[in-house]
Amino acid sequence: MEALLTPVFLSSLLTGMIVAGVPLLLAGLGEQMSEKAGVLNIGIEGMMLAGAYAGFWAAWALESIWLGFLGGIAGGVLVAIVMALLCIRIGLNQIVIGIGLTLGAEGLTALLHHFQFSRTYPRLPAPARVDIPLLTDLPVIGPSFFGRHPIVYLALAMVVVLAFAYRRTNLGLTLRAAGEKPAALDVAGGHVVLLRSAAVLFTGAMAGLGGAYLANVGAGTFIPFMTGGAGFIGIVLAMLARGRPLWVLIAALVFGAALSLTTALQVAGSNIPTDVIQMLPFAAVIVILVAFGRRARLPAALGLPYERGKR
Amino acid sequence: MPNQCARSSPWQSSELEGLARNADPVAGAANSNAVGLASVTKRFPGVVAVDDVSLSFRAGEVHVLLGENGAGKSTIVGMLAGVLQPDSGGLTLAGEPVQLSSPFESLSFGISTVFQHAMLVPTLTVFENLVLGDAWWRRSSRSQMEERIAELQELFGLQVPLDAMTGELSLGEQQQIEIARALLRDCSVLILDEATSMLTPQGVDELGGRMRRLADRGLSIIFITHKLTEAYRFGDRVSVLKLGRLAGEIGKDSLKAASEASAVEDMLRLMFGGEESAATPAPQPDRTAGEVRLAAANLRIDGGSVNMAHSEISLAVRSGEILGIAGIDGNGQKQLAEALAGQRPILAGRLDLDGEDVTDASVGRRRALGLRYLTDDRLDEGSVGMFPVADNTVLKEIGAPPFWSRGIERPARIAEHARDLIKRFAVRTPNEFTPISNLSGGNIQKLLLGRELSGTAKVVVFNKPTYGLDMQNSVDSRRRIRAVANSGIAVLLISTDLDEIIELSDRIAVMDRGRICGVLENNSSAPREMRTRVGRLMVGDAAMEAAA
Repeated sequence: MEALLTPVFLSSLLTGMIVAGVPLLLAGLGEQMSEKAGVLNIGIEGMMLAGAYAGFWAAWALESIWLGFLGGIAGGVLVAIVMALLCIRIGLNQIVIGIGLTLGAEGLTALLHHFQFSRTYPRLPAPARVDIPLLTDLPVIGPSFFGRHPIVYLALAMVVVLAFAYRRTNLGLTLRAAGEKPAALDVAGGHVVLLRSAAVLFTGAMAGLGGAYLANVGAGTFIPFMTGGAGFIGIVLAMLARGRPLWVLIAALVFGAALSLTTALQVAGSNIPTDVIQMLPFAAVIVILVAFGRRARLPAALGLPYERGKR
Repeated sequence: MPNQCARSSPWQSSELEGLARNADPVAGAANSNAVGLASVTKRFPGVVAVDDVSLSFRAGEVHVLLGENGAGKSTIVGMLAGVLQPDSGGLTLAGEPVQLSSPFESLSFGISTVFQHAMLVPTLTVFENLVLGDAWWRRSSRSQMEERIAELQELFGLQVPLDAMTGELSLGEQQQIEIARALLRDCSVLILDEATSMLTPQGVDELGGRMRRLADRGLSIIFITHKLTEAYRFGDRVSVLKLGRLAGEIGKDSLKAASEASAVEDMLRLMFGGEESAATPAPQPDRTAGEVRLAAANLRIDGGSVNMAHSEISLAVRSGEILGIAGIDGNGQKQLAEALAGQRPILAGRLDLDGEDVTDASVGRRRALGLRYLTDDRLDEGSVGMFPVADNTVLKEIGAPPFWSRGIERPARIAEHARDLIKRFAVRTPNEFTPISNLSGGNIQKLLLGRELSGTAKVVVFNKPTYGLDMQNSVDSRRRIRAVANSGIAVLLISTDLDEIIELSDRIAVMDRGRICGVLENNSSAPREMRTRVGRLMVGDAAMEAAA
């Protein structure tokens, strides 16, 4: 076993944890806002995939990774607009529409990718990294933590910003009211439909950005179905975190580590069978859900469309 | 046609009188018109909830909207609150036409509403609920709120514990918070929809005092109720609604001049169109109690949310007898009823049904032995809303002959059975295939009663049988309960309505905090005295009652 704990192994584990964890973090933070507002956003997987495709396409066509991220946000928001219109304005079933959007986005991005690139997977140039002086030079953890893409720091900043907004402004309780008892918010003079729509669009933007990070930074290219359930893990994160952004971060890193262990163990060349290694992230999901999932408390009106005056 | 009755009744003149006073410029100046309805009509699928109603509410007055269930009161509230939109006609504000297309707009015009069902978020603190609706990017000032709350506390005696979790407060306390919220908004019109239905008698009096003080400060108070005495005691003006129409109005002067009895009589006539007064107390039935049908000895019940760990309940109901269980809601009545019906485990003690030990018997076994339970939760527990009326009548006999034979459903027999019940119990439904949730509460209640009484019932447990029913339906239900007892069935009547208990029961047991704290012989010819005696036990003052 001691052969495992080499600097190479640790470094690739930590790097992988962050690379795999950041899209989960972005998706989880986004989903968290939707769920607070009472919208179970199952379409988030589709929003992520749309973000990955649009992000990659924009970065590739416009030759700018930053425009790529904007494209990713736009892609996620586009799917979110459909979700907001159908589920919040018209009040259709959120689960059915969410699954539909995910399947639709999977099909559409695969189809578009096939038309544009046939079976080739053009790679983007390696993205610029922000090296934090001195800290980056630390052994093992230096390159993993402090030599990362700016989006990583943006995602971490979002944790702080959201935690502040939820705790210290009326936003947090307005969202909670929309999720617990929308009728009460409505008669108190709040705007349930507007707030829920905004929450879903925010989810779309975050998921789209997460998808774009996955494509542009993580893989450097777009591959159909590349999100592989990252959006769904985001839903799990949001449910486990019980409304706290910091918990989303912790859970995202744990899941990221489990995911990256797959690669890290292979890099380290251990003699554990590959099948067992590849099972690890999913075993981790099960373990964490069994351990913490029981205490997850969901908003009372989660998944229920709100229609004024309807009893 | 009841509407036409109302129109051609002698009360039309008083309605005209009221309208004429409205037009009087002098009176108009004294009492400025705060908000009003102009020929408003609102339809829902299958019903006209409000039919061409014009009303005007004045500043400085408590204006009572009186009517039975389905009279259109709550629909009017919904329209004033911006939750519902009128189909024709419109609202006026200070005489000008206005459209209130959302609760937000309604609030911004100074109209605040305290709804029938608490409209607070249970998982937020009281403070958070009070600031709900403020701009989301701001942080609402706590100290400012404390100041204003202290002011309200002093002026109106409102108790507002800012840090309490809202869901943990009683409904009465929550209502105070809603009133406080309305006042914090500096509203000029305050609507209270069925605000007294969840208050103790003392709480009702306090609310009446508060409304008076608010009206004196120039607010226009709209007080919705179906209780006549409250209308008389608290109102400056009473408008009576009947089946969506304005049946008449009792003006300020005539209300003040009338005695309570004659005012109530007037209101009754407006509400029921000159039919026989529904308030006449029914004569005590002539029946003799027979043998003991249901006997509970030292029952210990798993109370769930109510702590019943230390209570041992003993009671006996004889055939032909009505044993009333009085008590403030949530003191273990429902738990007791469920334990008797077999829906809740009995931890210790013994329950006998007609001489047979049924302590551990299943719901089905008890039913087969003749025990029937009428739940207070008609739609969730008592019936399947989406199912047609016919299927609901055999819900407790699924798979049993004659409605099923060898596992095959016989729809014709079920339908025939349903039609028979609909006829016998005068259920108002288009036909037996209508989903039961489309029926009114009273009609669902009739149907469930019919269902429970079919077969050989020996003991019937009623849990709040008239809860949420209007007066006519309540009177009918009570008549049926009495008929059930007269036919020799033992009846256990659980109710939070003291008048109902006193009117019907032979003996009254009082429940408080999960135990039976006293049993009294009823004397329905002295209801006032009984009220006080039972009331004392209800609030946990057994010592005082024992001394008296």
